[in-house]
Amino acid sequence: MAKNTLSSRFRKLDIDEFDENKFVDDHDEAVDNQGPDATEIDNLIRIGDTMTAFQLALRNPPLNTKNPAIKERALAIVLRVLTSFKSSDIEPAVKSLDRSGVDLLMKYIYRGFEKPSDNSSAILLQWHEKAFAVGGLGSIVRVLTARKTV
Amino acid sequence: MSLHQFLLEPITCHAWNRDRTQIAISPNNHEVHIYQKSGNQWVKSHELKEHNGHITGIDWAPKSDRIVTCGADRNAYVWSLKDGVWKPTLVILRINRAATFVKWSPLENKFAVGSGARLISVCYFESDNDWWVSKHIKKPIRSTVLSLDWHPNNVLLAAGSCDFKCRVFSAYIKEVEEKPGPTPWGSKMPFGAVLAEFGGAGGGGWVHSVSFSSSGNRLAWVSHDSTVTVVDGTKGSTPSQLKTEFLPLLSVLFISENSVVAAGHDCCPMLFRCDDGGSLTFVSKLDLPKASITRNISAMERFRNMDKRATTEDRNTALETLHQNSITQVSIYEGDQRDCRKFCTTGIDGAMTIWDFKVTDTHRHTETHTETHTETHTETHTETHTETHTHTRRHTRRHTHTHGDTHTHTETHSWSGSLISCHHIGIFLFFLK
Repeated sequence: MAKNTLSSRFRKLDIDEFDENKFVDDHDEAVDNQGPDATEIDNLIRIGDTMTAFQLALRNPPLNTKNPAIKERALAIVLRVLTSFKSSDIEPAVKSLDRSGVDLLMKYIYRGFEKPSDNSSAILLQWHEKAFAVGGLGSIVRVLTARKTV
Repeated sequence: MSLHQFLLEPITCHAWNRDRTQIAISPNNHEVHIYQKSGNQWVKSHELKEHNGHITGIDWAPKSDRIVTCGADRNAYVWSLKDGVWKPTLVILRINRAATFVKWSPLENKFAVGSGARLISVCYFESDNDWWVSKHIKKPIRSTVLSLDWHPNNVLLAAGSCDFKCRVFSAYIKEVEEKPGPTPWGSKMPFGAVLAEFGGAGGGGWVHSVSFSSSGNRLAWVSHDSTVTVVDGTKGSTPSQLKTEFLPLLSVLFISENSVVAAGHDCCPMLFRCDDGGSLTFVSKLDLPKASITRNISAMERFRNMDKRATTEDRNTALETLHQNSITQVSIYEGDQRDCRKFCTTGIDGAMTIWDFKVTDTHRHTETHTETHTETHTETHTETHTETHTHTRRHTRRHTHTHGDTHTHTETHSWSGSLISCHHIGIFLFFLK
């Protein structure tokens, strides 16, 4: 009994990788969105046109790519736009989105929740409240069940 | 609309006999209980005990009066009534994981069992050997099969599974039937062929339930990402998906060629309409929450509620919907899939509710509630719904409460208002498969 309890190297093995019946998601490698354009959005934020910046930021989401750098970049841009909004402007911005836009916004909001910074949580909670009013529990469920994440 | 509370255990699944006088339910254990309707009550008439694991599916063949059950013990039994006793016949499914769902085919000469072994067992009776034989549909299913539905032509089978896809298979068994004619889903149908595959593609959740329409041309399914999707086989293969703002739905049913009823974790049946172009829209929730009726609950009833829920304070945590927990199955009670007048829901709260459904062109709702509280918790509401796409409601309600111990109220409410929807912000469970 003593012999086989010595080495614990097997604990570092991911047994699921060796499972021949492992479920591999079929990714459509087709369109690889690069995420929104940072410079253009920065300009818009500077001149105060947060609405257009918002529309642009939610275009071309990097859903298909497996490269985390692209996703981080896109997330940073979107969060910058979201935090630059005034509280009163949030509701019309959410209203301007269609169903899939609200789902996408919800995905970004939850990604933003993952790493809270000083002033992001408060504004993100306001965004969450307004997006929830439109999208309901279904939009949150779709964030949780989505396999193509932002 | 009438609710019957069987027991406190969840009802895993249920099945009706042909004339709806008997219901077979499984109270979340190894047994099937058959209840017989007598007057307004349901009386238990049989207990079917043969399975060694939880029953996961029951189906009652209306014409041949046979019940098929499947369970987590990897077995299925076909039960026949002989001299007033239900006798089981074991069916060897040859699966190495639990069975999850079972359904008789329209002609009742075969049945299909979905399982966690990532395959569907289609079973038919071989009269030479006097036993049931099963054939497997394996490819290309890659995860647990959650739900099945037969096409009216007795050959095609729709399957929803945990690999996020809904597929249409051919379950043509040459030993028991003739070659089928061509359908909008395809014309070459050897056993096990995939005629259509939908879903996946990025989003998508586990497909909890699938349903063919009565013509077989339309297929609807509900998925764990809170969506309902309908595809019309005659109009090409682009499905029309509706992303709902509700919690995920668990069961879906066509109740006419254009209407779909679905229910799930929101404890409330919802009506969707599928127009001729094939696009899906949400019509309404079918369980209208009652506005707060202030009635004096007698002291005895207050203590009885506290005792039943084992609470120490008198706090009302009841949901506004009739069902107090998720609805797991919707079935047709009166009518058929072309024109359903009543449908039935059962859920995790152990209750079975029968709903009236009517679609006409007028805007009127009239409800008369008569609640009589007895010891067996039977409520009878009679409600006639008349609905179209735009709702203007004028409710007239007459309540007559008769409590066994003290007082009698007669209240007349009349109001017009819009639906107050309640958001259940709670914890919802992801069932790990």
